[in-house]
Amino acid sequence: MSNDIKNASCRDVSDGELVQRSQGGELAAFEELAFRHEEKVYSLAMRMLRHEQDAEDVTQQSFLNAMENLQNFRGDSSFSTWICRIAIHGALKLIRKRKSRSMVSLDEAAGEEGDHGTIPHPEYIADWRESPEVLVHRNEIQKLLEDALSGLDEKHRMVFLLRDVEGFSVKETAELLGLTETNVKVRLLRARLQLREVLTRTLGDPDTRVVRHHKHAR
Amino acid sequence: MKCEELLAMLNEYVDGTVDPSVCMEYEKHMAGCDPCKVVVDNIRKTIVLYKEGKPYELPLTFRNRLHETLRQKWPKSGPGS
Repeated sequence: MSNDIKNASCRDVSDGELVQRSQGGELAAFEELAFRHEEKVYSLAMRMLRHEQDAEDVTQQSFLNAMENLQNFRGDSSFSTWICRIAIHGALKLIRKRKSRSMVSLDEAAGEEGDHGTIPHPEYIADWRESPEVLVHRNEIQKLLEDALSGLDEKHRMVFLLRDVEGFSVKETAELLGLTETNVKVRLLRARLQLREVLTRTLGDPDTRVVRHHKHAR
Repeated sequence: MKCEELLAMLNEYVDGTVDPSVCMEYEKHMAGCDPCKVVVDNIRKTIVLYKEGKPYELPLTFRNRLHETLRQKWPKSGPGS
């Protein structure tokens, strides 16, 4: 059977079936899984690493690792979650390697500067002019999102990516990053507030801007 | 509830993991506090925007190289063999 015919026979099937067929030795099924998930994995790696070559390396290594360990995949999670987990471990390993070169630890745990103390207050408060469903399709918005994400410290960016973008629980995020759950929560709050602030300054409608009056709090 | 207290529990409220009694207080506060209501709404939208966004396209040359590598490394007798 030609590759084209094999690929066509993979297009309308679920990820679960593609995994089974890959486990049975069908390369075309595994390639279809790669086609479906490679961009997501690459985007995740880019968001974590901010470096094209590193993101490509992590993406390729993730699919090779998945290939090697395919027989151990039992479908407890989706293939998408599984491959993203592999990519996250790969990216974190690379980040730790970078850090060890600059003699700074990624796992700056409790007590580190900025994880405690007062929470920054929202300053620019206004309704957004458009809904996220509309905004998400605009190229300039993607740039705004990535610039805002780049403005976060790495420790805040990682927590936001794993918890809010990838949907891992606080506990899972803590385990993946080697942090306490409390640290994850504090970092997440700071990340969310900072991103909100930056995005709202561009996306907020000035006519709806409201000012916080602390004394009115009940 | 004060604005500062609401801010401190923002994660739990947005994630829907806040205690129901606290949740009622939270909503009571927001009904009378526009800034807090808007901040919560902004944060929800921020999360949706990042979750739904497709920030990077896979470079075509890399896609070709990746699939070439997968074909080369695919074991003749199936994965895990």
